[in-house]
Amino acid sequence: MTATLKPRKRLRLSTVMDHIVLTLGALFMLVPMLMVLQLSTVPDAEIIQRGPSLHIGDQLDDNFVKAMFEASGFSGKNTGVSMLMNSFILGIGFAVGKIILGMMAAYAIVYFRLRFATLAFWAIFTTLLLPLEVRILPSYEIVQSLGMLNTYQGLIIPLIASATATFFFRQFFMSVPEELVEAARIDGAGPVKFFIDILVPLSRTMIAAMFIIMFVYGWNQYLWPTMITTEEDMYTLVRGIKQIIQVFEGTNLPEYGRGNLLALIAVIPPVLIVVFFQSWFVKGLTESDK
Amino acid sequence: MKRALFSNIWLPVALLLPQLVIIAVFFYWPAGYAVQSSFYLQDPFGFGSTFVGAGNYQSLFRNNEYLKIANFTLWFTVIVTFFSLAIALILAVKADRVIRGAKTYRTLLMWVYAVAPPVAGFIAVIMFNQSWGPLTEFFALFGYRFQVGVNFNDTAFAMILTSIWKQVPVNFIFFLSGLQSIPRSVREAALIDNRSASGRFWTVTFPLLAPTGFFLLIINITYALFDTFGIVDTVVKGEPGNNPMTLVYKVYVDGFRGNDLGGSSAQSVVLMALVLALTFVQFRLVERRIHYT
Amino acid sequence: MAVVHFDAVQKVYPNGFEAVKPASFYIEDGEFVVLVGPSGCGKSTMLRMIAGLEEISNGVLQIGDRVVNDIDPADRDIAMVFQNYALYPHMSVRNNIGYGLKNRAVPRDVIAAKVDEAAKMLNLSDYLDRKPSQLSGGQRQRVAMGRAIVRDPALFLFDEPLSNLDAKLRNQMRIEIKALQRRLGVTSVYVTHDQVEAMTMADRIIVMNGGVIEQIGTPSEIYQSPASTFVASFMGAPPMNLLEVTRADTGLRLADQILPLDLPDTGAELILGIRPEDIIPDPNGPFSIMVDIVEELGAHRLLHGRLGDQSVTVHVPKDYTVAEGVLRFAMPIEVLSFFDAASGQRVSR
Ligand SMILES: Nc1ncnc2c1ncn2[C@@H]1O[C@H](COP(=O)(O)OP(=O)(O)OP(=O)(O)O)[C@@H](O)[C@H]1O
Ligand SMILES: [Mg+2]
Repeated sequence: MTATLKPRKRLRLSTVMDHIVLTLGALFMLVPMLMVLQLSTVPDAEIIQRGPSLHIGDQLDDNFVKAMFEASGFSGKNTGVSMLMNSFILGIGFAVGKIILGMMAAYAIVYFRLRFATLAFWAIFTTLLLPLEVRILPSYEIVQSLGMLNTYQGLIIPLIASATATFFFRQFFMSVPEELVEAARIDGAGPVKFFIDILVPLSRTMIAAMFIIMFVYGWNQYLWPTMITTEEDMYTLVRGIKQIIQVFEGTNLPEYGRGNLLALIAVIPPVLIVVFFQSWFVKGLTESDK
Repeated sequence: MKRALFSNIWLPVALLLPQLVIIAVFFYWPAGYAVQSSFYLQDPFGFGSTFVGAGNYQSLFRNNEYLKIANFTLWFTVIVTFFSLAIALILAVKADRVIRGAKTYRTLLMWVYAVAPPVAGFIAVIMFNQSWGPLTEFFALFGYRFQVGVNFNDTAFAMILTSIWKQVPVNFIFFLSGLQSIPRSVREAALIDNRSASGRFWTVTFPLLAPTGFFLLIINITYALFDTFGIVDTVVKGEPGNNPMTLVYKVYVDGFRGNDLGGSSAQSVVLMALVLALTFVQFRLVERRIHYT
Repeated sequence: MAVVHFDAVQKVYPNGFEAVKPASFYIEDGEFVVLVGPSGCGKSTMLRMIAGLEEISNGVLQIGDRVVNDIDPADRDIAMVFQNYALYPHMSVRNNIGYGLKNRAVPRDVIAAKVDEAAKMLNLSDYLDRKPSQLSGGQRQRVAMGRAIVRDPALFLFDEPLSNLDAKLRNQMRIEIKALQRRLGVTSVYVTHDQVEAMTMADRIIVMNGGVIEQIGTPSEIYQSPASTFVASFMGAPPMNLLEVTRADTGLRLADQILPLDLPDTGAELILGIRPEDIIPDPNGPFSIMVDIVEELGAHRLLHGRLGDQSVTVHVPKDYTVAEGVLRFAMPIEVLSFFDAASGQRVSR
């Protein structure tokens, strides 16, 4: 063996393989979405002739105007703008509601000596077991009998009836050093002060992570909004997708460009949030870990 | 539990109340209602109902269509779970190893997490468009006429592919974070003890990832059972017909469209039992997992 | 400033474990009392009962002239320094120190002045706007001290405040804390399991074992005349040599020698205690030790060996040359302690 001390950058075969596999994976994820983007830039007639292609057209702005301001349905009420707004209301309302209720309940469970704490704990955590999908019909009937169909409350509150956030905050609160409460008590802070002055600021990252996860979850809800919102001005973007597809089916010159752009708009806000706040989001997701 | 607890009585009650009320009204009540109505036969025109005991369950398990759907759901779940876990694991192992572009790869491989299932289904509808969909054309190269929405197997394939596409990112995130939490010293020790990279993977990395894998297994099964609703509904374009469907979709179709509350409730209860069983398994595994770390 | 009075104070945890057996004692105004004992003996429990963080199961606890059994920690006029500092991680040093005052509705300018004064006293003035995570261990410790002193409490409580620091810093902070307490004259209760801290800082030491107070006394009382074999072996490094002796007609028999001592014969078996430095090497001494190991410690040496079949440690100055093998020595009779072999209690001479 000839001993050379020159540091040599070796291009290892396995490293090349790693990059090839990862690139293929990335393309697998990315290409369908790029296709949707391409389709929203070309005229509908071209789509019907050629399907997706590498041609970037000039119809994006036209399609955007159509998507945002023309109604998709029959009542003429669900424009892209109204659906976008409803999606934000659902995403934010769900996330905020869930975080507030979850923090309050978790605080009560972790920091107070309660006679019925164990009972409350189990009552709350049993809800982790059954997703909304399995009790969808009776939930619908109850919301209907409460007169909450086609309302934001009816849309959001039943979705909040599960303990994911409570569980998550409970885990986090339990990891906060005990001495902090003790120091705060000696410093003269009561339960409310401790919560507001210390626990909430300490949970900031956790709240942010929860918010991202819950916002995406709420925004992406489909089955429940499909059942609970029958009036088109209550549609969210994700709820409106099926209608777009159904309209494709029924017409002889479907507005593919507009439909694709709406699908894109339905995806962009949650994707941006997840990409930009990636580290918080990943931390929140993997640490909740159930 | 914490030692220095506050001893107010009304404050914690007030803090718990909103959550308890919501859970009572929108969780326990409907769940109980589902169990109850699964024992009744509802008049299709909404005039009262009769107690039929286990009748709804019996007819459910004698119903060939239901059994066929259960069978499909099983296969669907197994295939989606297996492939989305396997693909994600391979990608995570590679992403954990590369140095250049690690962050870019991570972003490119996880953003689909934020895509709603029905949007994924929408993309599938475009991809498999009968006259110009790129995947339809791809199969046409081999002389196969791919017909989503008409041919049972073709539709099933589209659903499965879409469901995998949508689920790989979640698994990728968990596997990658699992890999990154393996202590450096353990990796270095393995590097000294074992010459072959695949040997190191199977004897050290894989067992250390096993807890994450167990956890993800349950998550993926739950996903395939429930969260794929949006994909199924969009791929069949809201027209179930003879198309493949999952158990949850069937609950929805029977109860919401067919107005068969009793039968649909019985199906809900069967699903509840299934989820409870899964959760039980999960708790057992999580318990064991505590010993692990 | 306050006195603290324990009257049969007992702690039984909800699971039935009696962590502190009924204890009665008195801490004087301005006194620095150190609670010392092995891990799990109930020191923290005792301290936390004073703080009000742990309920008192039985007995009466007075701080100043108030019975405080049912008073909230915030109203006991105490300040506490925790082992892991328990600083609020999201607040600046300034806010950490001032938080207790803010909660008591002290005017802002008064808070600012007090925080500045405390910071000056603790050399923290340059760090007031930092977060705890940007400080070194010793600085964090000082912030915790600052939080305690701004409040001018009647009583300082410390729970192993130095045990997360390295040895050098610990020595330095030990001196600083003691000096500060002298200057402020505040009654202090300090928990540690480090006997050097106990010896050097305390006006009086309380030695605990298994929930029981074994001895209360000044450091030199504890050192010179331990009240039990437990205290004898717990305090001092290396600990006191404890040797079995038997009674003989003319005194006590140790190995093959008789100590001419006249102890009242109660019929009990006895144990003789002698500090390693009280064993005086003397070529003509009556006793002999087989030295097995010589431990070189720089300032002095420790010889480990056997006297008959019992192990013994001897402390000799650094200029005393020794080798392994037989060492003859003498013991001044006045420094010997005696204990009842059965109960472990000190037997008076
Ligand atoms: N909440 C509790 N419930 C039951 N037993 C407890 C509780 N807290 C402490 N103990 C027990 O009481 C005993 C005394 O505990 P304490 O914390 O006072 O010990 P310590 O002397 O401070 O020990 P260390 O030096 O390790 O801090 C221990 O045996 C401990 O196991
Ligand atoms: Mg302690």
